Amino acid sequence: MSAADISTEPTRRPFTGRRVRFGDVSLQLVAGAAALGVTVLVGLIVWKIVDGSRLAIVKNGWAFLIRVAWNPVPGRELYGAASFLFGTVLTSFGALLIAAPLSIGVALFLTELAPRVIQGPVTALVETLAAVPSVLIGLWGIYVLGPVLRTSIESWLHTVFGFIPLFGDPSAAGASIFTAIIVLTIMILPIVSSISRELFREVPSELKEGALALGTTRWEMVRGVIFPYARGGIAAALILGLSRAMGEAIAVTQVVGGSPTIQWNLFSTGDTLASKIAAAYQGAVTSLQLSSLIYLGLVLLVFSLLANLVAQWIVRRVARKHGVTRGGHV
Amino acid sequence: MSITIEPTVRVETRRQPIPPRERLEPIFEVEGLDAIYGAKAAIKDVSMEVYKNLVTAIIGPSGCGKSTYIRCFNRMNDLIPTFRQTGTIRYHGQDICASNIDPVAVRRNIGMVFQRPNPFPKSIYDNVAWGCRVLGMKEDLDARVERALTQAALWDEVKDRLKASGLSLSGGQQQRLCIARAIAVEPDVVLMDEPASALDPIATQAIEQLMHQLKSQYTFVIVTHNMQQAARVADMTAFFSISQGGEGERYGELIEYDATEKIFTAPSDKRTEDYVTGRFG
Amino acid sequence: MSTQDLTGPGLRLDHLPRRKRVNRTMEGLAWLAAAIAIAILGVVVYSVGQRGWSELNLNLITKQPINFSLTNAPQGLSNAFAGTIVIVGIAMLMALPAGILVAVYVNEFAPAPIRSVITLVIDVLAGVPAIVIGIFVFVLLVVGSGQSGLKGSFSLAILMLPFVARTTIEVLALVPNALREASLALGVPRWRTTLSIVLPRAIGGILTGTVLAVARVAGETAPLLFTSSVVGVQTDWNPAHALQTIPVAIFELSESPDPKDHARAWAAGFVLLIFILFASLTARWLATRNARKLAGR
Repeated sequence: MSAADISTEPTRRPFTGRRVRFGDVSLQLVAGAAALGVTVLVGLIVWKIVDGSRLAIVKNGWAFLIRVAWNPVPGRELYGAASFLFGTVLTSFGALLIAAPLSIGVALFLTELAPRVIQGPVTALVETLAAVPSVLIGLWGIYVLGPVLRTSIESWLHTVFGFIPLFGDPSAAGASIFTAIIVLTIMILPIVSSISRELFREVPSELKEGALALGTTRWEMVRGVIFPYARGGIAAALILGLSRAMGEAIAVTQVVGGSPTIQWNLFSTGDTLASKIAAAYQGAVTSLQLSSLIYLGLVLLVFSLLANLVAQWIVRRVARKHGVTRGGHV
Repeated sequence: MSITIEPTVRVETRRQPIPPRERLEPIFEVEGLDAIYGAKAAIKDVSMEVYKNLVTAIIGPSGCGKSTYIRCFNRMNDLIPTFRQTGTIRYHGQDICASNIDPVAVRRNIGMVFQRPNPFPKSIYDNVAWGCRVLGMKEDLDARVERALTQAALWDEVKDRLKASGLSLSGGQQQRLCIARAIAVEPDVVLMDEPASALDPIATQAIEQLMHQLKSQYTFVIVTHNMQQAARVADMTAFFSISQGGEGERYGELIEYDATEKIFTAPSDKRTEDYVTGRFG
Repeated sequence: MSTQDLTGPGLRLDHLPRRKRVNRTMEGLAWLAAAIAIAILGVVVYSVGQRGWSELNLNLITKQPINFSLTNAPQGLSNAFAGTIVIVGIAMLMALPAGILVAVYVNEFAPAPIRSVITLVIDVLAGVPAIVIGIFVFVLLVVGSGQSGLKGSFSLAILMLPFVARTTIEVLALVPNALREASLALGVPRWRTTLSIVLPRAIGGILTGTVLAVARVAGETAPLLFTSSVVGVQTDWNPAHALQTIPVAIFELSESPDPKDHARAWAAGFVLLIFILFASLTARWLATRNARKLAGR
């Protein structure tokens, strides 16, 4: 009781005038400056890449995009991006084609099928796959995966479906567009599956139970409830996966072989925008060659910006539709 | 036609009789207060006075804007981006809604206890001491913490484990800890937004006793949905209700404000009477 | 596991056998997909480990590589290990405060429209390919003045920044408003509330995000090719010089014709992989522990 007796009369403290708090203002300024800095950084990236490729743009214009050429010999210099664009599109879409069903399968397994005890470990393992550095996947791609693919799947596909131009003669080296596709598949699989998993988890359980209560099988519930609900999100996940596949330089450089031609044969060597840039790291001979390399980077940057903006647009639209709002803050 | 009211709420007589109004010192004078979220008014045209060293209860059905109203007293609504208010709240004669008033200073004088206990993820001791330290009340910190915890009727339960996390306490203890935290910095007014709504009867009783003991030092404003609670603790009671405006608009309105005894036994408004006799909602 | 079908008059079981067959097939495919994903990880880890094992010894981290080696003298990649530590360490020092500040701005100060602009910018930055970041830093800083470890750190920091900012925004959003209100209602100013209540509460999540970000950039090759790859064999700790790193070393060794170089690439890769797996698992453990703590011990 004694402590309660030492009561102090509450005192009123004056508060006329809004005090400008040094702490508040400085934290807001510093944090705001950081946020502004990030925005400026993105702008600077775009500007610097455009600036660096200016010489090539002036010399070549749009023709650069449809020309198949990469000749850095001074005097006879001629550059074009067409073969790299072709290789980029072929490898990234090829990878997406394989990775999409695989990732969605993994995500469905994790959300709907996996027994509780293995859910956690399997999630951890799949996410660990995303953490494996691309240079290691590439190393593994050249010396382990490439030779195996050449002697097994590639030669089998060639024997059986050789009449389709896509399945031509396997290249002797083991490096091929097909190896690049598989390597990219491995790299985007964990990304797409972890986004899809989050999407499937967000499907309200009342919806799922509602479908199951009608007497549907689990697969019918997935098709009828989960897929329609998560459709937009899955599209965004696939676009992000595609963008990641387009931008991957290192692993592709290691396994694709690097030949600046357009070939429909998946089992021959090729090249992509990103891998062409990476392979040129030891230096360019002329300023036009350097500028052309940066031009390739510009094309890549435009692709990835577009892909990301579209994906984010979808995500935000879906979030609005489902009434998901970001937690409000004080 | 006259109705005789049978009060459903037994009014305890622990309260001292309130001195006549002219001897009361108004601490808040609210005038023509509208509180608006976005385009929707939560409360309209509230005018009343809150008196020093009394417990003032705000009662009413859910959705009548009680919580919005009490958060106006210490500018907590400033934190909601779409919130606007018009009208004035004078605190000791000074309009605290004015834009040149520092909300931090307002909150420094007018503390708050929230509906759900929200102790900091710190030790019991630090939960109480942190505010004092930050606000520069560093002398005799131990004594200050002990005093606040004693006033909040928590000291005996926690004195042997002041280092334990505030989150390790039970819900009722957590709420008393939050009260200790609020009074440790010696505010002038303590606002309580349904402080007992998530608590068991014993914890509720402890909190009510506390208000009773401390009101000689502080002024309490309490929002409650529990009429018995208002009847037990409050000297003055304000009844809010939901009114219909044009075009289906619904907003909260102050219906009646008077001595608690009067509100519960002889209300002058039919709507108050319906509510306190349980004929409403 | 098979279940008994209901039978009886009046029960409608149209096409049930076929529907169940389809369902079983689809479920089987989902199991298969998960098995494939795990098998890939297993095969990659196994092949890296198996091939790197022979060269996995102390020489790897203590001995320098030898140029044009015709001898059988033991050599290692000490320069790459030193460079990776320096470059990744500095990148972390750059990205961590910047990322946290951006997140604090987005979560605690920014008005709604600006908040969505900044989060979009962060997402866009996260989507810029690493190789483009590499040539950006090359054009911005390297052209004319040459490579350095510091410039490598800068390019890695750009990669880390959106990662750190995103995770921090997520954790800050999980800090209950009730805590902010409790502090503000005491009359504590906003900056003090942010620094003493909000950030400490979020520190576990921020730590997890940081560990993951470090694990991610430690294995990055692309941005370093243009910013810190033209290097000597000396072990060098000076970030003003171009420094060798493990990923770049692996990339170069993987293109070498000499099988001994391959073995060193595998061994360095194994060390890198172990570090990254360890960091990821630590982060995961931190995350679960943190979640348990936030849930009230």
